[in-house]
Amino acid sequence: MRRSVALTVNGQARTVEVEPRTMLVQALRDGLGLTGTHVGCDTSQCGACTVLMDGMAVKSCTVLAVQADGSAVTTIEGMAHDGELHPLQDAFWENHGLQCGFCTPGMIMTAADLLAGNPDPTDTEIRHALEGNFCRCTGYQNIVKSIRAAAEQMRAASVGGGGQAS
Amino acid sequence: MTVTIGAPLRRKEDPRFLTGTAHYVDDITLPGMAHAAVLRSPYAHANIRSIDTSRAVAMPGVLGVFTGTDFMEYNPLPMAWPAGGSAGLQNNVNTPRILATDSVKWTGEGVAAVVAETREQAFDALEAIHVEWEPLPAVVDAEQATQPGAPQLHENAPNNVVFTWTVGDRDGTDRAFAEAEVIVRQRLVNQRLIPNPMEVRGDVGRYDPASGEYTIWMSSQTPHIQRLLLAAFVMGVPEHKIRVIAPDVGGGFGAKIYCYADYAMVLGLSKKLAGRPVKWVETRRESYGSTTHGRDHITYLEVAAKRDGEVTGLRVKTYANLGGRLSTIGPGIPTTLYGRLLAGPYRFPNVWCEVVGVYTNTTFVDAYRGAGRPEATYVLERAMDLLADELGIDPAEIRRRNFLPPDAFPYRNPSGLGRAPNGAEILIDSGNYEPALDKALAIAGYERLDEAKAEARGRDKYLGAGLSTYLEVCGVAPSKWIGAVGEGWGAAMWESANIRVHLTGKIVLTIGTSSHGQGHETTMAQIVAGELGVPVEDVIVQHSDTQGTPFGYGTYGSRSAAVGGTAAQLAAGKVKEKAKRLAAHLLEASPDDIVYESGKLYVRGSPDRAKTIQEIAFAIDLGFDLPAGMEPYLDETAYYDAPNCTFPFGTHVAIVEVDEGTGAVDLVRYIAVDDVGNRINPLIVEGQIHGGIAQGVGQALWEGAVYGENGALLSGSMLDYALPRASWLPDLELDQTVTPSPTNPLGVKGVGETGTIASTPAVVNAVVDALSPLGIRHIDMPLTPARVWAAMQQAKG
Ligand code: FES
Ligand code: FES
Repeated sequence: MRRSVALTVNGQARTVEVEPRTMLVQALRDGLGLTGTHVGCDTSQCGACTVLMDGMAVKSCTVLAVQADGSAVTTIEGMAHDGELHPLQDAFWENHGLQCGFCTPGMIMTAADLLAGNPDPTDTEIRHALEGNFCRCTGYQNIVKSIRAAAEQMRAASVGGGGQAS
Repeated sequence: MTVTIGAPLRRKEDPRFLTGTAHYVDDITLPGMAHAAVLRSPYAHANIRSIDTSRAVAMPGVLGVFTGTDFMEYNPLPMAWPAGGSAGLQNNVNTPRILATDSVKWTGEGVAAVVAETREQAFDALEAIHVEWEPLPAVVDAEQATQPGAPQLHENAPNNVVFTWTVGDRDGTDRAFAEAEVIVRQRLVNQRLIPNPMEVRGDVGRYDPASGEYTIWMSSQTPHIQRLLLAAFVMGVPEHKIRVIAPDVGGGFGAKIYCYADYAMVLGLSKKLAGRPVKWVETRRESYGSTTHGRDHITYLEVAAKRDGEVTGLRVKTYANLGGRLSTIGPGIPTTLYGRLLAGPYRFPNVWCEVVGVYTNTTFVDAYRGAGRPEATYVLERAMDLLADELGIDPAEIRRRNFLPPDAFPYRNPSGLGRAPNGAEILIDSGNYEPALDKALAIAGYERLDEAKAEARGRDKYLGAGLSTYLEVCGVAPSKWIGAVGEGWGAAMWESANIRVHLTGKIVLTIGTSSHGQGHETTMAQIVAGELGVPVEDVIVQHSDTQGTPFGYGTYGSRSAAVGGTAAQLAAGKVKEKAKRLAAHLLEASPDDIVYESGKLYVRGSPDRAKTIQEIAFAIDLGFDLPAGMEPYLDETAYYDAPNCTFPFGTHVAIVEVDEGTGAVDLVRYIAVDDVGNRINPLIVEGQIHGGIAQGVGQALWEGAVYGENGALLSGSMLDYALPRASWLPDLELDQTVTPSPTNPLGVKGVGETGTIASTPAVVNAVVDALSPLGIRHIDMPLTPARVWAAMQQAKG
């Protein structure tokens, strides 16, 4: 029954043994010990489980682990590099974009997807992009502010450094 | 000196949350850990004829299957807050057992538990358990449940009544109504809500067969209280045998205050498995039946007034739905925290309130963010608007006319906040309501609303503005008052803090309150750093483990800063005192001549020979050279019992547009002017207000737990229960007035609940104002497009 799934997780090649019914989120949490990705619901509503799969934000509670076979997955644990926070992480910190922190990984991954396609989103666009992510603590205001600040920072960095900010 | 109190510092605790390295209960894996799952009732009301677990036991990976009778060594859960306790009021108490034995009272009550090697195996085995049910008729509406012929839930509670509790002056109120120039009446439904912290509840329990000690990790707001309740009431073991740890907790909003059956269940299961740790984490859908709900009042409101708008009496009768069995403090919410606060910021000479607590076949109901105060504020703020409408007076003006004036304090309110038989009193200590109202109206452009309304009509919209000039009570509560009124935990409500200055120089503060998003690790550090004049980075805050933190009553009722923060400040004061005594000894001066400034101590006039608090601590900790009678180690504990509660207030203004064609409500602006006293960390304070408002708006417009007549929870998943989304909310406009609380030296009041308390009526008042051209004077929440549209059609005839 069990089969092996090969993933590139946060840049590292990993294999994980799963059941056919195992969801990606379970493979990440239980199989690989990456508990930064959270489970907040059982109806694909909350977005706490959001990760990037081949660069696209997906709800990992709704993707079978076997579907992800061969994919590159980025989780919250893969956002900071060499002890340097990703601009989104930094902006959430500076702008008090989190309270209990439970929704935060999903918010950051969703925002990463948004900014990859739209480096200068309006508030309305940001709020729209967060449709699939619930936060019960912040009323979203500081999350929106954080994403705006991160976008600004990333734009400045890519102009200044000529490189990729994410 | 660096200013720490009042500084909008980014939070010390954030890096672990931002990098995915925080630890919530479900992130904990222990060696040998087994997994539990609970079979829950599909019926709202049924007798259990038999339970056959034989097939489940034989399933792969199953370690055991247990039913209620396997847990009879444990008592039913405690009910710690009876209505009107010392008044000898009869509370017909029924609380859950670990698993139901004879009957179930709501959809989702637990009846059997499976423990297996994996969570999936445990879930699979649940399906192999066969229960023979005898379904019974159900009732879900609190008012209907009290009527003759309604299905009866409990033998000891005729007509499903838990208690009938009253407060205020009945005769005086009756007289006020007899003499009233005008009376307005309205039936109001304050619908049932599901708290929905983003992290569901869960526990990991471990029993140590060698020592007989239990450890439990739980997602809780009140680890110390849970240890006490488990030890003293449920499991019958001494407190020291149980260690409770609340790791990172993903929100609570009240739902994680209580003593739940799963705590003793996982510990009992671990014991049955000879010490294998057992984890249980509810699913979200399961949570809707296994974790408490909030609100659910049906209220008959009557206001007596003079023609000029002066209120003369308030009469309220409320049916409070408490669910199928009582949660830990269920009865206290619609009584102490509701009826006693009904007069709000207004000068009501007479108030009479009757509350009937009722059993129904629904999930148990307890405190949800605001807990009683949002319900009271909703009644009162709707009352003000209904009266304004009746008299043709502007809603802002009618509030102004009835506000308690700034010289009214300390004020003894007529709805019984103050009176306890032993003389202990709760007086409203301070307030200055008009400046907040003025400021909010100015920001909202209240004067120019008519133009905006006319402009909106041109777009087939109805525009309206709604006010909420709330008063709330935080910082619960003076133990002597709690004791005297017999309401509360039946215990006390002080807080504690301990400070140790380590040899290696860091200042470690341990506290009895417990953070689940509020930022205690930053706010409390700011208080101590401010008091000791050291950088915030040097103060480390630890909490939420009963082993290693002093006893505390936990975090709810916006009490952590006002009560717990004051304890931390007092502990810091003691540290300073002891440090001064040692400095005097070392510097050969009298303690009175020692100056403590910016973390340094020196003899008055000789700042050049100053010693840092760390140097002094090092000397005290080593104890090589102490003055006579001084104990080594710089280690001080303070317990703080507040002399009074605190009373935040403010004005919120909602501006909405209602679409004429669809009834959809758009919240276009939201203005909040809050007076929460001094702000320790404005960034955190504003975050609390944002989140609170979102939840209160959620109640006004979208949220609601809906039961079918047979007791099935129709809004049974996150797909069906409408939580606020980012795109549904506008940018909130915040401002403040500052009237420091005279009750505590920090001058703080509490901010965790103000947003939720104030916002619900502001939004409903705005929608009703928008629709007033149609003659609409009330619509019950949530104001979904369907409801609003129906009301509009009815009004148009
Ligand atoms: S866990 Fe809620 S959407 Fe995936
Ligand atoms: S920070 Fe708690 S749910 Fe978003």
